[in-house]
Amino acid sequence: MMTEHDSLLGGYRVVDLTDEKGHLCGKVLGDFGADVIKVEKPGGDSSRNIGPFYKDIPHPEKSLFWFSTNTSKRGITLNIETVYGREILKRLVETADLVVESFQPGYMDDLGLGYSELKKAKPGIIMTSITPFGQTGPYSRYQSTDLVGCAMGGLTRLLGDLGRPPVRMSCDPQAYFHAGLQGALGSVVAHYHRELTGEGQHVDVSMQEAVTLALMHAVEISEIMKVNVIGMGQFFISVRPPPQSLLLTRVIIPCKDGYVYFIFGGGGFGGLVQSSRAMVEWANEEGMLMEFKDSDFSQWDQSTITQEENDQRSAIVGDFLKTKTKAELYEQAVKRGIMLAPCNTIEDTIMNAQLEARGFWEKVEHPELGETITYPGAPLKIKETPWRIQRRAPLIGEHNEEVFVEELGFSKEEMAVLKASGVV
Amino acid sequence: MTKQVFEGLKVVDFTWVAVGPQVCRELAQHGATVVRVETHRRPCPMRAFAPFKDGVPGVNRSAFHTAYNTNKYSMSLDLTNPKAQEVARRLVAWADIIGDSMTPGTMDKLGLDYESCRRINPSVIYFSTTQQGQYGPHRDFQGIGHHVNALAGFSDCTGWPDSDPTMVFPAYSDFISPWYLLIAVTGALLRRRKTGEGMYIEQAQLEAGVTFLAPHVLDYMVNNRVVTRSGNRDRYMSPHGVYPCSGADRWVAIAVTNEKEWQRFCDVIGDPDWAGDPKFNSVIGRKENEDELDGLIGEWTKNYTPEQVMTILQDAGVPAGVVQTGEDLLNDPQLKHRQHFRVLDHLEIGPHSYHAPAYRLSQTPCDIKSPGPCLGQHNEYVYKEILGFSDDEIADMLVEGVITTDADVATTT
Repeated sequence: MMTEHDSLLGGYRVVDLTDEKGHLCGKVLGDFGADVIKVEKPGGDSSRNIGPFYKDIPHPEKSLFWFSTNTSKRGITLNIETVYGREILKRLVETADLVVESFQPGYMDDLGLGYSELKKAKPGIIMTSITPFGQTGPYSRYQSTDLVGCAMGGLTRLLGDLGRPPVRMSCDPQAYFHAGLQGALGSVVAHYHRELTGEGQHVDVSMQEAVTLALMHAVEISEIMKVNVIGMGQFFISVRPPPQSLLLTRVIIPCKDGYVYFIFGGGGFGGLVQSSRAMVEWANEEGMLMEFKDSDFSQWDQSTITQEENDQRSAIVGDFLKTKTKAELYEQAVKRGIMLAPCNTIEDTIMNAQLEARGFWEKVEHPELGETITYPGAPLKIKETPWRIQRRAPLIGEHNEEVFVEELGFSKEEMAVLKASGVV
Repeated sequence: MTKQVFEGLKVVDFTWVAVGPQVCRELAQHGATVVRVETHRRPCPMRAFAPFKDGVPGVNRSAFHTAYNTNKYSMSLDLTNPKAQEVARRLVAWADIIGDSMTPGTMDKLGLDYESCRRINPSVIYFSTTQQGQYGPHRDFQGIGHHVNALAGFSDCTGWPDSDPTMVFPAYSDFISPWYLLIAVTGALLRRRKTGEGMYIEQAQLEAGVTFLAPHVLDYMVNNRVVTRSGNRDRYMSPHGVYPCSGADRWVAIAVTNEKEWQRFCDVIGDPDWAGDPKFNSVIGRKENEDELDGLIGEWTKNYTPEQVMTILQDAGVPAGVVQTGEDLLNDPQLKHRQHFRVLDHLEIGPHSYHAPAYRLSQTPCDIKSPGPCLGQHNEYVYKEILGFSDDEIADMLVEGVITTDADVATTT
């Protein structure tokens, strides 16, 4: 077990009742050292049926979604819809600092497990509820999925190609991840307060609100400029004062083996001037982009250039980029200070030299599969209390005996009865 | 007013642009005293980004900048001036938490790196956040957030299978990184209460961003599958898409997650003949005929506003939601109910809406009380009340350019 000496949240216990919308919350707390007990219904959580699956075998013990969002948790099964199951949950809560759940608002209250009840079982308890729209309000009973969460939170409107429907990110489920991370944050803030004062509280997280925090300044643009940002595909759009029209500059540009993100421009922004100059110098060494050899990029003016002239410039630089691979372009970008990055596929990201050099990836053993699987690693680094995956995601009921018998004091006979009656 | 969670906590915010300021903003919204250290000679780049009030640029007119700096004090200080050292020393000695988001090496040159700060204040908690981290072969790569979208993989997996990657409007990892940092800073504060020790927290925003790709990283590692652009399609659900509605450029998202919901969906759209076609009977059939299905659903949705479609389907228990614009969000009844946006009166921008956090604390609610400060707005309070400088010392520092003023605003960057 981790302690406060070797982990940030060591010594604190979390009871995790979440479904797929909230799994990340407990994972984040667990990876920072908390003792997280994932409570599943007998037979396992339905989120174990979410793919992708290990070797594409659909099986509740082979969900890669489940693996990746339940690390550093122990797992027990408990039917909290039975009277005895609720009693046991309360006993577990008495040993805990925090309960996380993501049921429909009101469900826990109906079971007699709402915040006011849990507070009686354990004064000072924190309960974090992660729902699509929050505990109360006109949409609080609405159903959501990742797609609906991204749409209602405003992210979808900002993504996609010009002239086509808005899209969510295909690397789903981003809305659930925002909700889970905000759940972990709200939990820790409440936990800090409790450590200082002894007072617990209910933390009410809205997935919709979590997504709205990822929109950069889209809402501010709507309020101040009275225009709504929409997906711009591969283009950067400059909004210009009349009589000029909008200016489209292609910034996702094909290269030899894929695409790069690169702005060829200048004007008042020093970094861009330096970057464009460095790109032209490199191309000139190879006899290309000679048109721009003596260009003074600081004098380039996006506010007066015609669309046609802008497209022409993009086409010329595009011809040079097409002669190089993503890797060649990025290597020179790093070396020469060119503001260009490859549009990495997930394979490229996994091969990224910087992530490798920093030891980002974490190997996690899955003995029952006879495998070691590589996971994304720490979101930040701390020497004294390193972030770490304490254990792979639990199997169904893997820690029933450890938690019920060794920690809560049930006898083996009682366990047999609980199992037979469907409580565990 | 109830006591706030971080009341009494002191934060020196040397950060700029997006990630660091959001960390310090949230501490301030929960009661911490946050002093933002800025200079007119090289203001935070966000002060130069639109949208500006009335379209007129100015260091105090960017709604982008003010959004990320609510509840903070701003002091102006030219850290590159040798005479700024005493001010910096007092700030460091005062702080519980120090935030840095400068290019690697910048704080070392200023004598404000963690080791130097620790000599002044042994139990200080110090975080550094940059795009690619403090070390590694690409640490000095200078990009903006969209470069990280490309590097992490978000650009490549957003868009359509028959089109190119997309730039992804938000600098996406900038809106993942701050929350991990806040969790770590809060954990560090708890640990410090027990051990008396401070700590250094180092973050590469690229890495924080990649944590949100975890299931797809595993899919590649195990199955060698590369997640790619799939529009709004889902592996297991159908229908699952964004459909056109009445009105200009209006859209609704619909996700039917199981057969029961499919039946209810067919019922509420009036059981049209096509819905009874056996090829749409199962999710497998619907996936096989998804283009046709999406077209038919679009024929139905386009008769309604997205709000109407959402209400009709949600009342039948089918997940659906408006594809909301920024304007929609400002008028969203649910967000209004939760008071997500708080209107504050900014000295130069006037009344304007500010995001609250995504969680509500029942006993210690956040208090969003002042908009992002004008540059140097709180010099008097910070230099005199917090740092204890006399009027004479302050006058000298003004003359020497240690405390910068509007006269020092760089005309071009």
